[in-house]
Amino acid sequence: KKRTVDAPPEMPLLWVLRDLLGLTGTKFSCGRGLCGSCTVLLDNEATRSCVTAVDYAADKNITTIEGFAADKKHPLLEAWIGEDVSQCGYCQPGQILTAAALLERKSNPTDTDIDAAMAMTLCRCGTYPRIRKAIKSAASRRAGSGGGQ
Amino acid sequence: MNTVTISRRDFIKVATVAGGGLMLGFRLQSDTGASAPADFAPNVWLRIAPDNTVTITVARSEMGQGVWTSLPMIVAEELDADWNMVRIEQADAHPVKYGSQSTGGSFSVRGSWQTLRMAGATARDMLLVAAASKWKVAKSNCTAAKSFVHGPGGRRLSYGELTLHAAELPVPSSVKLKEEKDFTLIGTRVRKLDAPAKAYGTATFGLDVRLPGMLFASIQKCPVFGGTVALFDASASRKIPGVVDVVQVENGIAVIATNTWAAFQGREALQVAWNEGKWASQSSAAIRKMFESALANRGTVENYAGNAETALASAAATLEAVYEAPFVAHQTMEPMNCTAWVRGDSCEIWAPTQSPQPIQTQAAQILGLPLDKVTVHVTLMGGGFGRRLNPDFGMDAVRVAKAVGKPVQVVWTREDDTRHDWYRPMTLNILKAGLDKDGKPVAWMHRIAGPSSRGLVTGGSTPPYDIPNFVIESHILDTGVPIGAWRSVGPSQNGWIVESFIDELAHAARKDPFEYRRSLLSQSPRLKRTLEYAAEKAGWSKPLPKGKGRGIACVDSFGSTCAQVAQVSVVHGKVTIDRIVVAVDCGPAVNPDTIEAQIEGAIAYGLSAALKDEITIDKGRVQQESYDDYRMLQFDEMPEVEVHIVPSTESVGGIGEPGLPPVTPAVCNAIFMATGKRIRKLPFGLDAMG
Repeated sequence: KKRTVDAPPEMPLLWVLRDLLGLTGTKFSCGRGLCGSCTVLLDNEATRSCVTAVDYAADKNITTIEGFAADKKHPLLEAWIGEDVSQCGYCQPGQILTAAALLERKSNPTDTDIDAAMAMTLCRCGTYPRIRKAIKSAASRRAGSGGGQ
Repeated sequence: MNTVTISRRDFIKVATVAGGGLMLGFRLQSDTGASAPADFAPNVWLRIAPDNTVTITVARSEMGQGVWTSLPMIVAEELDADWNMVRIEQADAHPVKYGSQSTGGSFSVRGSWQTLRMAGATARDMLLVAAASKWKVAKSNCTAAKSFVHGPGGRRLSYGELTLHAAELPVPSSVKLKEEKDFTLIGTRVRKLDAPAKAYGTATFGLDVRLPGMLFASIQKCPVFGGTVALFDASASRKIPGVVDVVQVENGIAVIATNTWAAFQGREALQVAWNEGKWASQSSAAIRKMFESALANRGTVENYAGNAETALASAAATLEAVYEAPFVAHQTMEPMNCTAWVRGDSCEIWAPTQSPQPIQTQAAQILGLPLDKVTVHVTLMGGGFGRRLNPDFGMDAVRVAKAVGKPVQVVWTREDDTRHDWYRPMTLNILKAGLDKDGKPVAWMHRIAGPSSRGLVTGGSTPPYDIPNFVIESHILDTGVPIGAWRSVGPSQNGWIVESFIDELAHAARKDPFEYRRSLLSQSPRLKRTLEYAAEKAGWSKPLPKGKGRGIACVDSFGSTCAQVAQVSVVHGKVTIDRIVVAVDCGPAVNPDTIEAQIEGAIAYGLSAALKDEITIDKGRVQQESYDDYRMLQFDEMPEVEVHIVPSTESVGGIGEPGLPPVTPAVCNAIFMATGKRIRKLPFGLDAMG
């Protein structure tokens, strides 16, 4: 879906999404690109929207959690709910989209791949063991359904 | 006792036992404000609609600990409701309807257990009476299961079909609660009701509240605790596109804008001079020095038995150690925020809060409104951990909303959140112990220096071990640093100190640390059982290869007992925490899946404080700002966690916090086993231990 906004070019994508477009699934936590709560996919790359100026994102495909979950069918979402990953849930949109970008690159990631991809996406509730399980479960669901790359 | 007589007096009595305070909330009449005419709503906790939907009110706050699921499970169990038809509704602040809504002290399930069971059982009983009278049979010939009443001859009626009839019945004077062995829902692994919304990004946190025409604000506060505004110049701020106003509020300068980013930018453009006040030169070094000189003298005696001083003097061997822990912050992922709308003679507030009633009370005071003109909606929150028990962020929103007359969301930056927290206290501790010739402890002395009394000695005031002579003393000193509840509060530090020092005693006595503890727990049978359970599950007695170490710790906190065995590896002096095996006895396990999640979370939170977290003060200011200089445990640093729930006949205990206190001592004790290094100062890195 194409959206048009009137915003200063240097305004971070995060605030354009949240405050101008009302897409509040993308979360603010540090504003400095340190935690990953604000992660969106920009042409399928995991990108921290709090440090991405909106003009950089113009004319690119932006996938927020709302778009990613629109049909509720992605194996990662099923795995996330199945493993009951979320506690407070605040960082989870960023976790899910970071994991989605990993699965785009590697359809069957090893523990080392998962560590490397997820290390800098912070969760204060400590849902890390369940995130790992959910990523593996999603990878095998995709393999099982003939999905993947 | 499974039959409870319902009279107003009994409800007050039960609630007083369970909640520690007067609770007038359990009303048996329908809450007409919330329910449709055809609904059956025998009390404020539940209503059943003709379409069979069961709506259960949750009066505590959901912050990740799972109360949106565990509390409805308690009602649904006694109601024999079909879980698939259960919906929840988050309660607004209302002390009269709901009693305490404070969500802290791992108290939500414990504090609601009896009330919610009775709420469900009362409704179930009335549905049985309704069906029996329709069928003209005895109630004893009817049974309930999965939202149906079943009667003789295969007859059945759904709860939805019985609502009108049940609603006309008198509320029974007594109800029978189930035997715990008959539970069919409690004790099963139930997926949290909010799991889909949190995965789809549709869950509404405090920062996600959106109202027509709302504004966004950011407040510049004095970086020094207690400081005030001397002068400010907002002319540059007002030029930022989107900034609509700049106002001085009681605790700073608020920049109000049409979006959050403009408010932040406007705030950066402010010029403010501060009256820094009496703490302008405070520092961590000065605080430590103050604690150190206090500890040279005896403190206030918090608890004692026998005569520790005499026993120490005549002991065969003595040990002495100094333990210290820094200030730590909560660092919730969602920064503090609140949305408020003041409309003349009323105010509406949307708060991600662990405690909506103080927000309601303080807002009413600030605005000069009666309590019933202040509505507080509780949103989901991106972590609580004790931080959101304090109403300060709510009052920020009320003050700004009062000034602008439009709905306004006050948003703290990450830096605000780190610098204006209510911190876990820094403490300095002297411990002394005396052993007899067999290595048994005969004396224990713990002298604590720290700021404020909040939780300073809890978890340390009574050693759980058989020690005939002990004394616990405190020095409570004002440091100017705000102190608050931090997940597991006193036991988060004192659990570490007591369980590390008892480990030192075991090694001094040349005893196995598990067997040593076990031999001294005659007065704490539940803790002893939990300790044994963890040791067994972890294979404590199995030898470990060189370069690995195991440590054990056990703590009784928040109505539950928890023991943990940590296993670490050391390679070239670098320690890795491989695995934590946990045994927890929390009485009836309402939702085992949530219990496991809470233990995993408590371990991550505890390890962050053990390994990384430290707030330091200089020139009266917190020196840390964000996730780069105040760090939390990362994904790749999380050890494997294995949780075992101890089968238990104990009464219901807490679960949000009890998993935290044992983790740090278990890890420290394991590091001692592996390296011979005793850790007595937090935080400690894992890199240079060999």
